[in-house]
Amino acid sequence: LRKNVEDFTGPRERSDLGFVTFDITADILNGERGFIFDWNVKQLFLYLSAEYSTKNNALNQVVLWDKIMLRGENPRLFLKDMKSKYFFFDDGNGLKGNRNVTLTLSWNVVPNAGILPLVTGSGHVSVPFPDTYETTKSY
Amino acid sequence: AVMDLFGDLRRMNKRQLYYQVLNFAMIVSSALMIWKGLIVITGSESPIVVVLSGSMEPAFHRGDLLFLTNFHDDPIRAGEIVVFKVEGRDIPIVHRVIKIHEKENGNIKFLTKGDNNEVDDRGLYKEGQNWLEKKDVVGRARGFLPYVGMVTIIMNDYPKFKYALLAVMGAYVLLKRES
Repeated sequence: LRKNVEDFTGPRERSDLGFVTFDITADILNGERGFIFDWNVKQLFLYLSAEYSTKNNALNQVVLWDKIMLRGENPRLFLKDMKSKYFFFDDGNGLKGNRNVTLTLSWNVVPNAGILPLVTGSGHVSVPFPDTYETTKSY
Repeated sequence: AVMDLFGDLRRMNKRQLYYQVLNFAMIVSSALMIWKGLIVITGSESPIVVVLSGSMEPAFHRGDLLFLTNFHDDPIRAGEIVVFKVEGRDIPIVHRVIKIHEKENGNIKFLTKGDNNEVDDRGLYKEGQNWLEKKDVVGRARGFLPYVGMVTIIMNDYPKFKYALLAVMGAYVLLKRES
C-alpha cells in the first residue's frame, strides 16, 4: 500500500511514499565454496533494496532494510512479515502505478583484512504498486 | 655507542654530509612519487584514508585503513561504501549509500548513512543540501586493513609524538653510514 505524504527532507512538492511488507527466506552461500563465513570473513552487511525506473529518473535504488550478520550467526534467514526499516520515498511521484519495482537482497562481505566485495543474491521479487493512493490504512 | 656517533659526525667532511642529505632527499622523493602514482592509478585524490569515527562499526573501527578507487565510469549503487567530503569541509566521511536517483544522462544524487548511526547523513550535509553528488565523492572503499591507521590518529592527537618520530627518523637517515 502507498500513502502520499510530504517528504520533509526532499523538495517542496509532495513525493510518493511506499510501504512494503516482506518475507525473506535465504541461504547465504559463497558460490561453489559453500559456507560464506570462512576464516577471513568478519561479518556480512545484508540489505534489501528496491530498484525501479520512473519518469523523473532512469534508475532509482532505495535500501529498505538492512541487517548485520556477524561470523558465528546462522547464514540462513527465515524472516516473516518484516516492515521496511527506512522510509521508501521516491524523488517525485514515480511509485504510483509502477509495475516494475524489483526487490533484491544483497550483501557486503567485510573481511578481517582485504577486499570488500558486494554480492547480489540470486532471485529477486517484483512488487507492483497500485494505481491509487491509500488514505485509510495505517502502517 | 653515542660517543661513537658524535665522533663519526666530526670526522664526516662536507662531501659526506651532502651525500647523506641527497640520499635522504631521494627517499622522500621516491615516497612522494609512489603516492602520486597511487593517486593516478586509483583516480582518487586520497587513495588511502584512515577511519576517524565509529559510525561504521562493527565493520570499521577508528584507526582502520581504507583503500579507495574513484574511477569515473564506476556507477554509484546502493550498498556501496563511499568516502565523501561535504562541500566546504576537509574531513572525509566513510558511510554507505542507501538511496540513489539517477537520470538517463548519468546525473546522480544519492543519500548516505553510517551503519552504526540511527539516522541518515542529511544532518551532516551542508545547510539546505539534501543529496550528495558525484563531485563530493573522494572514492569507493575497495579494501581495508584493520588497526594500521592508528599511527596517523596518534600523531594527530599527540603532536609531540609526531615531532619525536620525525626527529628520530631524521637523525637515523643523516647519521646512517653506507658501508
